[in-house]
Amino acid sequence: MTIEQQKFSRGPSDLSTFLNGLWRENPVFVMVLGMCPVLAVTNAVVNAISMGLATTFVLVCSSALVAMLHNFIPKQVRIATYIVIIATFVTIVDYVIQAISLKIYGALGAYIQLIVVNCIILGRAEAFAGKNTVRKSILDAFGMSIGFTFALLCLASVREILGNGTLFCNTPFVIHLFGPHFEPWAIMLLPPGGFFVLAFWLLLFAWIRQRKTSKGTLTS
Amino acid sequence: MPKNDWFAMVRTLGMVSLLSGVLIVMAYEGTAARIAWNKQQATEAAVFAVIPGAVQKATFAVGQDGFTRLENHDEKGPKVYAGFDASGTLLGVALEASAQGYQDTIRALYGYDPVKQCIIGMKVLENRETPGLGSKIVTSEEFLKNFGALNVSVNADGSALEHPIELSKRGMKPESWQIDGISGATVSSKAVARALNESAQRMAPLVKKHLDQFTVK
Amino acid sequence: MNAESPGFILINSCIMNNFVLSAFLGICPFLGVSGKFETASRMGMAVTFTLIVSSTCAYAINALLAAFHIEYLRLICYIVIIAAVVQFIEMFMKKYSPALFRALGIYLPLITTNCAVLGLALLQTSKGYHLIQCFAYAVGAGTGFTIALVVMAGLRERLNLHDVPGMVKGTALSLMLAGILSLAFMGFAGLGT
Repeated sequence: MTIEQQKFSRGPSDLSTFLNGLWRENPVFVMVLGMCPVLAVTNAVVNAISMGLATTFVLVCSSALVAMLHNFIPKQVRIATYIVIIATFVTIVDYVIQAISLKIYGALGAYIQLIVVNCIILGRAEAFAGKNTVRKSILDAFGMSIGFTFALLCLASVREILGNGTLFCNTPFVIHLFGPHFEPWAIMLLPPGGFFVLAFWLLLFAWIRQRKTSKGTLTS
Repeated sequence: MPKNDWFAMVRTLGMVSLLSGVLIVMAYEGTAARIAWNKQQATEAAVFAVIPGAVQKATFAVGQDGFTRLENHDEKGPKVYAGFDASGTLLGVALEASAQGYQDTIRALYGYDPVKQCIIGMKVLENRETPGLGSKIVTSEEFLKNFGALNVSVNADGSALEHPIELSKRGMKPESWQIDGISGATVSSKAVARALNESAQRMAPLVKKHLDQFTVK
Repeated sequence: MNAESPGFILINSCIMNNFVLSAFLGICPFLGVSGKFETASRMGMAVTFTLIVSSTCAYAINALLAAFHIEYLRLICYIVIIAAVVQFIEMFMKKYSPALFRALGIYLPLITTNCAVLGLALLQTSKGYHLIQCFAYAVGAGTGFTIALVVMAGLRERLNLHDVPGMVKGTALSLMLAGILSLAFMGFAGLGT
């Protein structure tokens, strides 16, 4: 217990700030935030990766800028300021993706611009970056976005493997997992598949957590 | 001090807006050329795919009395693309068509050969049909074979097609103006036929009438 | 049926391409405030009203931006306009309809970060709709959102009376229900052909 208290008095370490978003406060599986892109773009692994990278860029940049400016921003206009900052970085990402590949841009559709209203980003600006140093905020943002990308990949891999029988389709590294006689589960690529797969992952994590706590009570 | 607060708010919002404006304009200027090039490449690839043998393309705007050549690709409004071979002979005209599919609008580009009066290629640009069923309109080679030489002859008085494009009856050998649909994806195949028919009824007579306006330079 | 006619757009965005169950827009309020029938229907009303007002405003803003050739500011303008519209609706209701304002309560400010509102503005722009089409699109999207929310709330109210395993309770259960609803709504596809 004393170690725990010492840790608390010094504030969370850099590593725990970073790991926080990955597991303990995973934005998708624990906090259930930013559901729209999670469900909408996870019908292929390549879409999930692009979405994860775009969100990472926006989250890290906006967190850094908010942390830098938070002493100058009056409390009354802070949300408006955050939204303008986030929208700026989303516009930049939007143009950069168009410049890299129109195919990916077409696959992600309006969901790139909808990163603006992804609750994770505004939530982190409000709950973390607005109160902490630039260094800590960037670490937190990285942790959160890796956690988010991990969640996207979890969903996308299941949906693509079952729905299409492939991994990394629409890329040069496409892997066909099953033989030619595999009948794809088209439902996985359709909207209901998104809901079902996410429910399945939430259940799996709830089960893991439940086992952990029940073990903990048994040993102690 | 309320006055100070007010000043701080305006200052912050002004500064942030200025910063974001500068950043966005930088990103826009930096990527504009590349994005335009990407779009150009994408349309070119689609046009060359529906007009076999084409190596050059020119863009034309559709107006009241025929077609006018466009140099600026950002122009709004309906457009057609003409495809030429290396020596500048017109091989066909690429036209856009769209219709309501099973889930959402299907958008397609097709090549029209005004000399042979045939559709010589078709490519679905946008669709949200059911994967594995309706999405076969994009991938099924059997289906795409329909659009190798689909008869779209204009009738005698040059107002519409002689025969409307339609799906062939099940089990019957399709006529030269009929499309053999995909079993299990009838709605999507029908939507493609309807899109082509609607567009060709309107555009084929127009293209035929103003054939001399399609020049390579 | 003509895919561009306002009537078709309305039915399409309401049932066939339901914003929540098929396009995944507005999932957060769909999962968050669908616990009770009463709040769900109020939230639906508030969102529908916001959609209509913000869609009209977005149409005007887009026309203005296009006139000056500064389309790259579109996203930032839309989000600011939506935030302003929500604020304005809040103030307007407070003054002229305090009863409705009290009923909607905290749901109003939450609408700003509802993807459905920004999503509608962006989609109508990319589809190039004119004003009447935009209006039909907004009404359809709002009705569709309300239907999804109300049906979901009804299901969840019934489920409260049943014995559900502890692990499944909460978001996982809501998502499974949403999946089943989404399957049911897939049956409407092909309605317009």
